[in-house]
Amino acid sequence: MSRLRASLTPYLLLFPGTLWLAIFFVIPTVVMLSLSLQSGDVVNGYAFTFNWHSYVDGIGTYHDQIIRSLVYGVISTVIQIVIGFPVAYWIAFKGGTRKSVYLFLLLLPFLVSFVLRTISWQFFLSDNGMLLGPLKSLGLVPEDFHILATSAAVIGGLAYNFLPFMILPMYVALERIDPRVLEAAQDLYASKVQTFLRVVLPLSLPGVFAGVLMTFVPATSDYVNASVLGGTSNTMIGNVIQNQFLVNQDYPTASALSFTLMALLLVGIFAYAKALGTEDVLEVAAR
Amino acid sequence: MTEIQAGSGAAVAAAPVSGDVPAIELDHVVKEYVSHGEVVRAVKGVSLAIAEGEFFSLLGPSGCGKTTSMRMIAGFEDPTQGVVRLHGEDVTNVPPNKRDINMVFQSYALFPHMNVWDNVAFGLKRKKVPDAEIKRRVGEILEVVDLVGREKRRPKEMSGGQQQRVALARALVNRPRALLLDEPLGALDLKLRQAMQIELKRIQREVGITFVYVTHDQSEALTMSDRIAVMNDGLVEQLADPREIYERPASKFVAGFIGTSNLLSGTVQQITGDTAVLALGAGDRILVPADGALAAGATVDLTVRPEKIKIAKGRPEGDLSLVRGTVSEVVYLGTSNSYVVALGDGAEITVFEQNAHDSTITAERGDTVWLSWQPWHSYALR
Repeated sequence: MSRLRASLTPYLLLFPGTLWLAIFFVIPTVVMLSLSLQSGDVVNGYAFTFNWHSYVDGIGTYHDQIIRSLVYGVISTVIQIVIGFPVAYWIAFKGGTRKSVYLFLLLLPFLVSFVLRTISWQFFLSDNGMLLGPLKSLGLVPEDFHILATSAAVIGGLAYNFLPFMILPMYVALERIDPRVLEAAQDLYASKVQTFLRVVLPLSLPGVFAGVLMTFVPATSDYVNASVLGGTSNTMIGNVIQNQFLVNQDYPTASALSFTLMALLLVGIFAYAKALGTEDVLEVAAR
Repeated sequence: MTEIQAGSGAAVAAAPVSGDVPAIELDHVVKEYVSHGEVVRAVKGVSLAIAEGEFFSLLGPSGCGKTTSMRMIAGFEDPTQGVVRLHGEDVTNVPPNKRDINMVFQSYALFPHMNVWDNVAFGLKRKKVPDAEIKRRVGEILEVVDLVGREKRRPKEMSGGQQQRVALARALVNRPRALLLDEPLGALDLKLRQAMQIELKRIQREVGITFVYVTHDQSEALTMSDRIAVMNDGLVEQLADPREIYERPASKFVAGFIGTSNLLSGTVQQITGDTAVLALGAGDRILVPADGALAAGATVDLTVRPEKIKIAKGRPEGDLSLVRGTVSEVVYLGTSNSYVVALGDGAEITVFEQNAHDSTITAERGDTVWLSWQPWHSYALR
């Protein structure tokens, strides 16, 4: 009896999570997959017809937004690495006994809702707002200069909004490095720069890898930043999907675009993992 | 002969070979930290000179300043005061990567992302040694530490003993002028530790490099060292060769820290020739070599090693130190029997009796016994 219970325990523990994912992820995904292959309209109803045209037409019409989303996702992710790495490094190696305080400060703004934070950026960046207003009255930037409704505003918003998800995994990887390993590198004639390049950086790469996965995907499929900060000429594929679902009620096109994005992200991630698989990265770094 | 100033702020001992420049020199070195707003003096003024090719140990309990002293030699800590010299050259402000010495770290500190070969080659690559020579030297040193065929292993795929040998090879391959070892055997089990002690000594003889060895394990220090600096509370208590440290401890601390020793105290009754007689209690007498420093009426602290004492039921004859007591503990240790004998005044003396002939024991718990030892086995502490 107890042996039976012991062998069942893992399944019992997995059950709630599995049920949750089955109801709220697997079923909607299957429904959407089916929708993407249906034809018809919202008035007359839809029928399953293996209609590939939603894919062909969707990609044909919106390839600009798809490419823009991937470009914004890549650029914002790179910006996050550049900004986040020094922060993670500083907290991990110089944070001393206050590491958890700094981590809390880092997360503090993120206790405010994602949409609210983005809207506050809109206020901050607006044409006569807190940033540009004083600069314009001082004559430091021209009157017609604007940041809102540019791709820079959208990329900036994306980089800002997902930054903690980049910093935290990098921090975890850096924090795990034994300081004596760095001393060993110095003892073996490595300068500070060489110690960083040969030891710190390769040992932190698994964290960078995880951070990229956790930020690139949501940044690429985001629509809030583009709709709040981007104006009409910087729409991302997320905006198109949202619009097709909620405004045009063209469910097949919306679903087809969702799956296209998902497929692209999956391919991208596998290619990235293949090219930068952590073990291989470490092999390269050791040379 | 080495000069010893036990317990003083600057225990200076000249290098055994006079005239040569010492490989490593600490000159009145002090290290202070600020911890929680308080100044902590980890090293309170240490001076020592380590000769070229010497196996030198820094021995002491945790917190005695031995590791801090070593880290100042390596360059990981800057002395608050004093000078560090390597081969006569002041390196006090030289960073670790510019010092021609290498260190074997306590938990090895191997690079976890590199295999054995890359770990060992790291230093040579930084020194821009030509590839062909790196290949040859790494191959050679892996042979010395018996790791040929494991070049592609990662540290986490190896046992503690193997990792230890990688750490050793990684340091030795650079042919440093001195090797610092920070409790390198601490993580190994007893059998492996003893094997590695012999191995380390062999390697040191083969490569002829100065070894500075930090340990809290007195038997390890006695086994391997040419000389030992016993440290306590940020100071060197005694600096001498192992035999001297064991036979002639310079202080109560050294006597107590190195091996087992019996600390006794008595008043000088009379001095006969070159022997002082100490009274302990009724019928007991302890003989101590008198070297002119002892006068009648003086109180003397002395130490006797347990293996020097003979235990007997009858009163032995001769000019011996003689003490009577009751056996309070008998422990069978395999190679020896250990007795704890309670004296009349409450003091206890431990006696080791070698298990040379048969397994019978001389006395049982509760027996009254006579303990005796030669006068020269009493060592007066100053």
